[in-house]
Amino acid sequence: MTGFVSIRNLRKSYGSFEALKGIDLDVAKGEVVCVIGPSGSGKSTLIRCINRLEGFSPESKIRVDGIPVATGRALARVRAEVGMVFQSFNLFPHLTVRENVMLAPRKVRGTSRADAAVRADQLLARVGIANQADKYPEHLSGGQQQRVAIARALAMDPQVMLFDEPTSALDPEMVGEVLDVMRDLARTGVTMIVVTHEMGFASQVADRVIFMDAGQIVEQGPPARILSHPVEPRTRNFLGAVLNH
Amino acid sequence: MDLFDTFLNAEVMRRSLPMLMQGLWITLQLGTASIVAGLILGLALAMIRLYATAPLRLLARVYIDIFRSIPLLVLLIIVYYALPFVGVRLSPFVSAMAALTLVSGAYTAEIFRAGIEAIPKGQFEASAALGLSGPQTMKEVVLPQAVKIVIPPLTNNSINVVKDTALASVVAMPDLLKQATQAQALAANPTPLIVAAAIYVAFLWPLVAAVSRMERRFAARRR
Repeated sequence: MTGFVSIRNLRKSYGSFEALKGIDLDVAKGEVVCVIGPSGSGKSTLIRCINRLEGFSPESKIRVDGIPVATGRALARVRAEVGMVFQSFNLFPHLTVRENVMLAPRKVRGTSRADAAVRADQLLARVGIANQADKYPEHLSGGQQQRVAIARALAMDPQVMLFDEPTSALDPEMVGEVLDVMRDLARTGVTMIVVTHEMGFASQVADRVIFMDAGQIVEQGPPARILSHPVEPRTRNFLGAVLNH
Repeated sequence: MDLFDTFLNAEVMRRSLPMLMQGLWITLQLGTASIVAGLILGLALAMIRLYATAPLRLLARVYIDIFRSIPLLVLLIIVYYALPFVGVRLSPFVSAMAALTLVSGAYTAEIFRAGIEAIPKGQFEASAALGLSGPQTMKEVVLPQAVKIVIPPLTNNSINVVKDTALASVVAMPDLLKQATQAQALAANPTPLIVAAAIYVAFLWPLVAAVSRMERRFAARRR
């Protein structure tokens, strides 16, 4: 069986350092997968390969909805189907919040300005910041900026959403509002792959938790089992360190 | 008031003013045309320098370095006096514009490159993740932000281009300086030169002041 997102033998090296050592992973349509692990374990690199923000070894194969993640036109199709939310938001500072959300539908899908604006306002309402649409990103809090970033990614109606430590750059009091938006999103049936340190979110929302270390998947399974009864010593050590700090 | 009669002679000023205005008009035309052409050339060179295939990138780098090394006056004289030997005969205006554009383009390319490189990597990644193409990313995301950063150095470069138009007087271009020296010869009085100098300053001082203001504001924002 191959998944909606299918990864085979994913390898990636920086010089002599092997960041990813042959990852196999299938994610089903509508599944919510949380990837956890120590920093430097390759979890961010893994999801950045799915839309090829990172190149990878030619023997590795990634497919999204059957489309190979390659170069050129196929890559453009994959990127239009895969939304991404970054740790540092990466909103466009020269555009208003609404324009941030409108840009890709207009330029990539050819949506009219009027239609894109209507859709942007719907999405901004959905993430709870409809009243900030005319502001520039710098005037928003971190939590609000990250919610705009989620709306911006959703504007392309992605089949898959990638989250690369979406709450790691936020002040603690803003983490909740972003996780709430992600929780709502998970209920709508979007396929989600989330790199996170939020164990609470993983245990409540994920269908599956993947623990990575040193460029490999060490252990995976339902959150209740992985987070409460890990089998591998490395998983136990990591969870012990994270949960008891 | 001998000094006044010599350097600021009202009668000479009055008689030479039409000539000086003709010269000013040509100087402004030459300056504007060279600035605009230099911007286009510079942007194209910056794109090649940053994103083209390796041999083209190298070529752009060599071009940029050569035209930042060559003295403008030397280049101008080559274009006007040497090219006719291979059958390329350009008018004084076109020669001057060509020389100014070739050099300004090289400087502008470096300014644009620095501005583009100052845009955080996350902006490129967010654009790529949304499915924007390379040219779309440039046009919609990177350049609008880079232009803000490069406006002060670009204005500086434009000031230099306008000043350098005075070199065109050596290829018999009737620009402001050439007209002033001719008016001086006709009147046997240096007043037109002083007036010409005052006109250059009157046009460029506001730009110089604007650059200082912008740089101060940018520095304040960064703090």
